[in-house]
Amino acid sequence: MRRLKSIYRKKNIIKKNKTLTFGIVLLCVLVLLSVFVPFFSPHSYSGQNALVRNMGSSALHWFGTDKFGRDIFVRVWYGTRISLIVGLGSAAICGVAGILIGSAAGYRGGMADMILMRAADILDAIPSLLYVILITLTFGANVGSILTGICISGWTKIARVVRGEVMRLKNLEFCDASRLAGAGNVRILFCHLLPNASGQIIVNLVFFVPQAIFTEAFLSFVGVGIAAPQASLGTLISEARSQMQVYPYQMIYPVMVLCLLILSLNLIGTGLEKRA
Amino acid sequence: MLKYMGKRILIGIVSMFVLVTAAFFLTRQMPGSPFQTANVSDKVLEQLEEAYGLDEPVPVQYQKYITGLFKGNLGMSFKKSGVTVAEVIKRAWPVTVKLGGLAVLVSLVFGSLLGIWQASSRFSGVKNTIWCGTLLGSGIPNFVVALLLALIFGVRLHLLPITGLGGWKNYILPVISLSLYPTCVITRIMNNAFREEMKKDYVILAKAKGLTWAQIVMTHILKNAGIPVLNYAGPAAAFLLTGSFVVESIFTIPGLGREFVNSIANRDYTLILGLTIFMGAVVIIINLLVDLLCAWMNPRVRKGILE
Repeated sequence: MRRLKSIYRKKNIIKKNKTLTFGIVLLCVLVLLSVFVPFFSPHSYSGQNALVRNMGSSALHWFGTDKFGRDIFVRVWYGTRISLIVGLGSAAICGVAGILIGSAAGYRGGMADMILMRAADILDAIPSLLYVILITLTFGANVGSILTGICISGWTKIARVVRGEVMRLKNLEFCDASRLAGAGNVRILFCHLLPNASGQIIVNLVFFVPQAIFTEAFLSFVGVGIAAPQASLGTLISEARSQMQVYPYQMIYPVMVLCLLILSLNLIGTGLEKRA
Repeated sequence: MLKYMGKRILIGIVSMFVLVTAAFFLTRQMPGSPFQTANVSDKVLEQLEEAYGLDEPVPVQYQKYITGLFKGNLGMSFKKSGVTVAEVIKRAWPVTVKLGGLAVLVSLVFGSLLGIWQASSRFSGVKNTIWCGTLLGSGIPNFVVALLLALIFGVRLHLLPITGLGGWKNYILPVISLSLYPTCVITRIMNNAFREEMKKDYVILAKAKGLTWAQIVMTHILKNAGIPVLNYAGPAAAFLLTGSFVVESIFTIPGLGREFVNSIANRDYTLILGLTIFMGAVVIIINLLVDLLCAWMNPRVRKGILE
């Protein structure tokens, strides 16, 4: 009986990790392609060639070419790179801001907690896409303004999670113990409280990345995201839309890569969530 | 309860103020004068700026705009001469509400049903299929769904119309593309909430009392499992409004979203400002109502036992 149980448990762990493993492998493949394809390809992402306009897939152009004769394979992976930069960059910034603000609010409590959480409430009430659109319109269509826009209200969720965890943990005995041993606030926070909260933080951060990639693709699709000649996945889809009826494959490839990217991140998030 | 209500309403008002202020100053900072594209002399340009009140200092403009807002005056469109922003909203809003309302209804019904089915099914096949479905469905951006649906059902198969809003058939594709993501989210929320509730003692008691499964679900579990779904209404409203930007432009539906995307393309700053404020206000109000409703539905909060 015990043997059966242990086998079941092992199988269960593998089953649980399958989501995580598959997600990580998929993401790694996508990251490697986005890093190396633009380096090693004979075509550049912006190089136009009037001789090969709107070509289908061939040995020379794996995903074909667009209406200016630009190689779609390179453009798709270049776009993936921008999507990844936006996603990971905003997750990093919002993660740091959220951890700092959340732990300040949770650890200090009182007035600081009140002010910071009300600020989060106020930012949360407004749909963040509206901010992002206004900011990209004002400060120009580039990665920087998209990151700014996403991060203005992106930190609130992480901050709430961190605050909740810190408040729950700070009155437990191990904190008192380390305080008695002479540890300062910073040490308690970074060596004792945050490592205990890290599972929750990581899961939330991983789910934040696809949201940011969504936002960026959406903005580029609407026409306020990444400006030409640079191209993110959203721009590529939007460009291919005008020729959708004649050359649907120009749209299918960026769509596929975008969906795979988001899927891989969602898989990692779900896998981590199950483990936590 | 009163204290909680007051706090929530205050936060709503402050959010509104932050939104208006940020939107106003950002649109004033946007590069280029809206009249620059037209081939006009400096004198005409000055007259135009005077007519729209752009020659005054920005703080004065801001003060005028705020006082105008209280009277429901959102200003004139820069690009469409003689059209006020309020008129545009009045014309486009019902279309968007109809579409968004249908999408809410569809996602609520299907999301709840799928979530309950996933939580209560005995077959792991059903559970895994729904799990995979929600994972895939929530990983596809709505503009991709809209484009693919238009490509498959409109262009290739000629089954459904993909432009305008003539009859009921026109609603099918936009509503599907708008409601796919909320459906997946609601399914997931419902599944989690339902599984939690099924473990509770009152379900066992109800079973022991001899109630049928349907009775237990309808009268007992749904009441509790519905609250997290209700909580999602605020984010869903935000998603549907912003989602309507692309879905309406893809299916050429004359709603708010399309107006917004067009105003961005035309750099029609007053229209962008007005629509931003209006949509922000809608989402803030929905958030507020949902919060108050959730608090009221919880007797412990309603009677002031729990803050």
